[in-house]
Amino acid sequence: MRIGIAYDLVREEERLLVEAAKRRGHEVKPVFVPKTLARIDGDTPDHLRNLDFVLERCVSFYRALASSAVLEGWGLRVVNPHQVIRDCGDKLVTSIRLRSHGVPIPRTVIAFTREGAVEAARELGYPVVVKPIYGSWGRLMARALSEDDLLDVIEFRESMPVSYFKVHYIQEFVQKPGRDIRSFYVWGEVPVAIYRYSNRWKTNTALGGRAEPTELTEELVEVTVKAGDAMGGGVLGIDLVESPEGELYVIEVNAVVEFRNTVRVTGYDLAGHIIERTAEEMRR
Amino acid sequence: MPTLSCPVCEVGVEVPDDALEGELFECNACGAHLEFYLESGKPRLKLAEEVSEDWGE
Repeated sequence: MRIGIAYDLVREEERLLVEAAKRRGHEVKPVFVPKTLARIDGDTPDHLRNLDFVLERCVSFYRALASSAVLEGWGLRVVNPHQVIRDCGDKLVTSIRLRSHGVPIPRTVIAFTREGAVEAARELGYPVVVKPIYGSWGRLMARALSEDDLLDVIEFRESMPVSYFKVHYIQEFVQKPGRDIRSFYVWGEVPVAIYRYSNRWKTNTALGGRAEPTELTEELVEVTVKAGDAMGGGVLGIDLVESPEGELYVIEVNAVVEFRNTVRVTGYDLAGHIIERTAEEMRR
Repeated sequence: MPTLSCPVCEVGVEVPDDALEGELFECNACGAHLEFYLESGKPRLKLAEEVSEDWGE
């Protein structure tokens, strides 16, 4: 097959995907998005015309969203499609979508004012986590242990020059056991998952969290598949936390997955699996 | 394997033949993070883009 890879930065993941595709006899066409002129009222550019599908790999959320939409507009099949990238990039939409499909999520309240945020936190009980509805790598997420903390956080948020910080996404803090779980959803299957350990309450490996292999339990597979189906993937990274009672909650779904730490600690050829399964799906 | 000039300290940086535009390299002399790109088809290095608030998962 002819596979396009839309990217803006070559990370370990992009290298692994290119190598995996070539090893399986596919032709790879790198699409360097920052240099692309996307004429949305024009025809599909000749060099992209015969691609069987494109893997969207931009590290920038807005470039990923824009380039996937443009490529789809040209009639190309993109994994993941821009609707999936858009919905996963918005924590509020993600939570609503997951909840409406019966996926367990922590209790979450949206407030639009300082007073509303205080009321929401009282309802949830401290500690609470306040998250930007758009954001990545755990940036600008804050944990409030008390009403004083929350008021400080809200004051910072209200002074931000970006309006979406005035939509307060407030979530119960799940007392997780020093780790969370990153599980991978690939076309309805769950090939691999890892624990991410950290002494901090944020366990993102981008913030120094330590990855370790984990077992694919029946419950983990079931919740991951349900979450991936709810978001309409494709190829997704599902982030989950375990409650003290052992229940799993989905806290986030990622549409442009990072997996180098998973490959490093499990030895699993996730890039190869993504290429093989996506090619199979595209042949249908 | 071409050797390209670091835009910061002008010391040569080796870049593999199969480098892709957007690929990152580090200058061993000054430590600058550099991005490989093509300017009118000619290989070049420039300072890599800073991490933006919308980068990552």
